[in-house]
Amino acid sequence: MDYGLLVMGAPYSQPAPHSALRFAHAILARGHQLAGVFFYHDGVHNASSLMTPPQDELNIREAWKALHEQHGVPLDVCIAAALRRGVVSESEAARHGYTAFNLEAPFELTGLGQLLTLQQRCQRLITFAN
Amino acid sequence: MDKSEDLMVIIRHAPHNSNWLREGLDAALVAAAFGQSVRLLFMGQGALALCKEQQAGAPGQKATLPTIDMLEMYEIDQLNVPDQTLEELNIPLASLVNGVTPLSESQVKALFSQPRLIFNF
Repeated sequence: MDYGLLVMGAPYSQPAPHSALRFAHAILARGHQLAGVFFYHDGVHNASSLMTPPQDELNIREAWKALHEQHGVPLDVCIAAALRRGVVSESEAARHGYTAFNLEAPFELTGLGQLLTLQQRCQRLITFAN
Repeated sequence: MDKSEDLMVIIRHAPHNSNWLREGLDAALVAAAFGQSVRLLFMGQGALALCKEQQAGAPGQKATLPTIDMLEMYEIDQLNVPDQTLEELNIPLASLVNGVTPLSESQVKALFSQPRLIFNF
Protein backbone atom coordinates (compact mmCIF):
# COMPACT_ATOMS: atom_id res chain seq x y z
CA MET A 1 0.00 0.00 0.00
CA ASP A 2 1.12 3.58 -0.70
CA TYR A 3 1.40 5.71 2.41
CA GLY A 4 2.04 9.40 2.96
CA LEU A 5 2.84 11.03 6.31
CA LEU A 6 1.81 14.46 7.53
CA VAL A 7 3.94 15.54 10.51
CA MET A 8 2.71 18.55 12.49
CA GLY A 9 4.42 18.12 15.87
CA ALA A 10 7.74 19.68 16.88
CA PRO A 11 10.70 17.46 17.81
CA TYR A 12 11.60 17.20 21.51
CA SER A 13 8.31 18.88 22.48
CA GLN A 14 5.84 16.37 21.14
CA PRO A 15 5.99 12.65 20.38
CA ALA A 16 4.53 13.10 16.86
CA PRO A 17 7.81 13.24 14.88
CA HIS A 18 9.28 10.21 16.62
CA SER A 19 6.05 8.24 16.19
CA ALA A 20 5.99 9.19 12.52
CA LEU A 21 9.56 8.08 12.03
CA ARG A 22 8.92 4.72 13.68
CA PHE A 23 5.76 4.30 11.63
CA ALA A 24 7.73 5.07 8.46
CA HIS A 25 10.28 2.37 9.22
CA ALA A 26 7.58 -0.10 10.21
CA ILE A 27 5.63 0.20 6.95
CA LEU A 28 8.79 0.07 4.83
CA ALA A 29 9.91 -3.03 6.72
CA ARG A 30 6.60 -4.66 5.80
CA GLY A 31 7.10 -3.93 2.13
CA HIS A 32 4.75 -0.97 1.77
CA GLN A 33 5.66 2.20 -0.11
CA LEU A 34 6.17 5.61 1.46
CA ALA A 35 5.34 8.26 -1.14
CA GLY A 36 6.49 11.19 0.96
CA VAL A 37 6.59 13.03 4.26
CA PHE A 38 5.11 16.52 4.53
CA PHE A 39 6.02 18.78 7.46
CA TYR A 40 3.45 21.41 8.41
CA HIS A 41 2.54 23.50 11.46
CA ASP A 42 5.14 22.98 14.25
CA GLY A 43 6.42 19.94 12.33
CA VAL A 44 8.59 22.28 10.24
CA HIS A 45 11.10 22.36 13.13
CA ASN A 46 12.06 18.78 12.19
CA ALA A 47 13.97 20.27 9.26
CA SER A 48 16.21 22.57 11.26
CA SER A 49 19.85 21.72 10.64
CA LEU A 50 20.78 23.71 13.73
CA MET A 51 19.04 21.37 16.16
CA THR A 52 21.65 20.16 18.61
CA PRO A 53 20.35 17.56 21.03
CA PRO A 54 22.80 16.02 23.53
CA GLN A 55 25.01 13.43 21.86
CA ASP A 56 23.34 10.52 23.59
CA GLU A 57 19.91 11.52 22.21
CA LEU A 58 18.52 10.87 18.75
CA ASN A 59 19.04 13.76 16.32
CA ILE A 60 15.68 13.57 14.60
CA ARG A 61 16.73 15.67 11.63
CA GLU A 62 19.54 13.21 10.94
CA ALA A 63 17.06 10.35 11.32
CA TRP A 64 14.78 11.89 8.66
CA LYS A 65 17.80 12.44 6.44
CA ALA A 66 18.76 8.78 6.83
CA LEU A 67 15.22 7.75 5.89
CA HIS A 68 15.57 9.79 2.71
CA GLU A 69 18.99 8.37 1.92
CA GLN A 70 17.99 4.76 2.52
CA HIS A 71 14.57 4.80 0.90
CA GLY A 72 14.43 7.92 -1.30
CA VAL A 73 11.48 9.35 0.59
CA PRO A 74 10.86 13.04 -0.31
CA LEU A 75 10.87 15.36 2.73
CA ASP A 76 8.72 18.39 1.90
CA VAL A 77 8.32 21.35 4.25
CA CYS A 78 5.54 23.94 3.97
CA ILE A 79 7.26 27.20 3.10
CA ALA A 80 4.74 29.52 4.79
CA ALA A 81 4.72 27.54 8.04
CA ALA A 82 8.53 27.28 8.00
CA LEU A 83 9.35 30.92 7.31
CA ARG A 84 6.89 32.03 9.99
CA ARG A 85 8.80 29.88 12.51
CA GLY A 86 12.33 30.78 11.42
CA VAL A 87 13.10 27.66 9.38
CA VAL A 88 14.77 29.13 6.30
CA SER A 89 16.63 27.74 3.28
CA GLU A 90 19.75 29.34 1.82
CA SER A 91 17.85 30.99 -1.03
CA GLU A 92 15.10 32.31 1.27
CA ALA A 93 17.77 33.64 3.65
CA ALA A 94 19.40 35.51 0.78
CA ARG A 95 16.03 36.85 -0.35
CA HIS A 96 15.28 38.21 3.13
CA GLY A 97 18.81 39.45 3.78
CA TYR A 98 19.55 37.01 6.61
CA THR A 99 23.06 35.94 7.54
CA ALA A 100 22.11 32.34 8.39
CA PHE A 101 19.89 29.54 7.15
CA ASN A 102 18.89 26.25 8.72
CA LEU A 103 17.10 24.21 6.08
CA GLU A 104 19.12 22.14 3.65
CA ALA A 105 18.65 19.18 1.33
CA PRO A 106 17.20 16.59 1.51
CA PHE A 107 14.47 18.77 3.07
CA GLU A 108 12.75 21.01 0.56
CA LEU A 109 10.62 24.09 1.06
CA THR A 110 7.44 23.73 -0.94
CA GLY A 111 3.82 24.83 -1.02
CA LEU A 112 0.69 23.28 0.43
CA GLY A 113 -0.20 22.08 -3.06
CA GLN A 114 2.43 19.41 -2.54
CA LEU A 115 0.52 18.14 0.51
CA LEU A 116 -2.71 17.96 -1.49
CA THR A 117 -0.93 16.07 -4.25
CA LEU A 118 0.57 13.65 -1.73
CA GLN A 119 -2.86 13.02 -0.22
CA GLN A 120 -4.35 12.30 -3.63
CA ARG A 121 -1.46 10.13 -4.73
CA CYS A 122 -1.24 7.78 -1.75
CA GLN A 123 -3.85 5.37 -0.46
CA ARG A 124 -3.42 6.39 3.18
CA LEU A 125 -2.27 9.75 4.50
CA ILE A 126 -1.45 9.36 8.17
CA THR A 127 -1.32 12.48 10.36
CA PHE A 128 1.02 12.81 13.34
CA ALA A 129 -0.20 15.96 15.03
CA ASN A 130 0.85 16.06 18.67
CA MET B 1 -9.96 6.78 -3.90
CA ASP B 2 -12.79 7.55 -6.29
CA LYS B 3 -13.90 10.90 -4.87
CA SER B 4 -10.44 12.44 -4.90
CA GLU B 5 -11.81 15.92 -5.52
CA ASP B 6 -13.86 15.94 -2.35
CA LEU B 7 -11.93 17.24 0.68
CA MET B 8 -13.18 17.71 4.22
CA VAL B 9 -11.09 19.91 6.51
CA ILE B 10 -11.88 19.49 10.19
CA ILE B 11 -11.06 22.37 12.52
CA ARG B 12 -10.82 21.32 16.18
CA HIS B 13 -8.89 24.22 17.71
CA ALA B 14 -10.14 27.62 18.87
CA PRO B 15 -8.69 30.82 17.44
CA HIS B 16 -5.85 32.66 19.20
CA ASN B 17 -4.28 29.99 21.40
CA SER B 18 -2.35 28.34 18.59
CA ASN B 19 -1.80 28.49 14.86
CA TRP B 20 -3.93 25.40 14.15
CA LEU B 21 -6.94 27.35 12.92
CA ARG B 22 -4.96 29.65 10.63
CA GLU B 23 -2.95 26.85 9.09
CA GLY B 24 -6.01 24.63 8.76
CA LEU B 25 -7.83 27.37 6.89
CA ASP B 26 -4.75 27.88 4.70
CA ALA B 27 -4.90 24.23 3.67
CA ALA B 28 -8.62 24.56 2.85
CA LEU B 29 -8.03 27.72 0.79
CA VAL B 30 -5.17 26.20 -1.18
CA ALA B 31 -7.23 23.08 -1.92
CA ALA B 32 -10.13 25.25 -3.10
CA ALA B 33 -7.75 27.34 -5.22
CA PHE B 34 -6.55 24.07 -6.79
CA GLY B 35 -10.13 23.26 -7.75
CA GLN B 36 -11.04 20.75 -5.05
CA SER B 37 -14.50 20.92 -3.56
CA VAL B 38 -13.92 21.67 0.13
CA ARG B 39 -16.17 21.22 3.13
CA LEU B 40 -15.21 22.66 6.52
CA LEU B 41 -16.37 20.93 9.68
CA PHE B 42 -15.85 22.86 12.91
CA MET B 43 -15.88 20.47 15.87
CA GLY B 44 -15.55 21.19 19.58
CA GLN B 45 -13.49 24.31 20.32
CA GLY B 46 -13.07 24.78 16.58
CA ALA B 47 -16.64 26.14 16.41
CA LEU B 48 -15.43 29.28 18.20
CA ALA B 49 -13.72 30.25 14.95
CA LEU B 50 -17.17 31.02 13.57
CA CYS B 51 -18.26 33.49 16.26
CA LYS B 52 -19.02 36.75 14.52
CA GLU B 53 -17.64 40.14 15.51
CA GLN B 54 -14.51 38.64 17.06
CA GLN B 55 -11.31 40.70 16.93
CA ALA B 56 -7.62 39.89 16.63
CA GLY B 57 -6.39 38.08 19.71
CA ALA B 58 -3.57 38.68 22.13
CA PRO B 59 -0.83 36.52 20.53
CA GLY B 60 -0.08 39.07 17.82
CA GLN B 61 -1.71 37.02 15.10
CA LYS B 62 -3.95 38.46 12.46
CA ALA B 63 -7.64 37.88 13.12
CA THR B 64 -9.01 34.78 11.42
CA LEU B 65 -12.55 36.06 10.99
CA PRO B 66 -11.71 37.93 7.75
CA THR B 67 -10.50 34.59 6.35
CA ILE B 68 -13.74 32.90 7.42
CA ASP B 69 -15.69 35.72 5.79
CA MET B 70 -13.95 35.27 2.45
CA LEU B 71 -14.33 31.49 2.23
CA GLU B 72 -17.29 31.97 -0.06
CA MET B 73 -15.06 33.74 -2.60
CA TYR B 74 -13.14 30.47 -2.80
CA GLU B 75 -16.42 28.61 -3.30
CA ILE B 76 -16.16 27.04 0.14
CA ASP B 77 -19.79 27.33 1.14
CA GLN B 78 -20.16 24.17 3.20
CA LEU B 79 -19.49 25.31 6.77
CA ASN B 80 -20.74 22.68 9.20
CA VAL B 81 -20.97 22.45 12.98
CA PRO B 82 -22.34 19.46 14.87
CA ASP B 83 -25.47 20.27 16.93
CA GLN B 84 -23.70 18.60 19.81
CA THR B 85 -20.84 21.12 19.69
CA LEU B 86 -23.23 24.07 19.79
CA GLU B 87 -25.01 22.52 22.74
CA GLU B 88 -21.85 21.68 24.67
CA LEU B 89 -20.34 25.14 24.22
CA ASN B 90 -23.72 26.82 24.64
CA ILE B 91 -23.29 28.80 21.41
CA PRO B 92 -26.54 29.94 19.78
CA LEU B 93 -26.48 29.60 15.99
CA ALA B 94 -27.34 33.32 15.79
CA SER B 95 -23.96 34.26 17.26
CA LEU B 96 -22.12 32.55 14.40
CA VAL B 97 -21.36 34.01 10.99
CA ASN B 98 -23.93 33.55 8.23
CA GLY B 99 -24.03 30.41 6.18
CA VAL B 100 -23.24 27.86 8.89
CA THR B 101 -25.21 24.61 8.65
CA PRO B 102 -25.60 22.66 11.89
CA LEU B 103 -25.53 18.88 11.55
CA SER B 104 -27.27 16.21 13.57
CA GLU B 105 -25.29 13.31 14.99
CA SER B 106 -26.39 11.01 12.18
CA GLN B 107 -25.42 13.60 9.54
CA VAL B 108 -21.95 13.88 11.09
CA LYS B 109 -21.65 10.10 11.10
CA ALA B 110 -22.68 10.01 7.45
CA LEU B 111 -19.87 12.44 6.56
CA PHE B 112 -17.33 10.05 8.03
CA SER B 113 -18.86 6.90 6.63
CA GLN B 114 -18.13 7.74 2.99
CA PRO B 115 -14.65 7.47 1.54
CA ARG B 116 -13.26 10.99 1.30
CA LEU B 117 -10.08 12.94 1.80
CA ILE B 118 -9.84 14.45 5.26
CA PHE B 119 -7.44 16.81 7.00
CA ASN B 120 -7.60 17.34 10.76
CA PHE B 121 -6.41 20.56 12.31
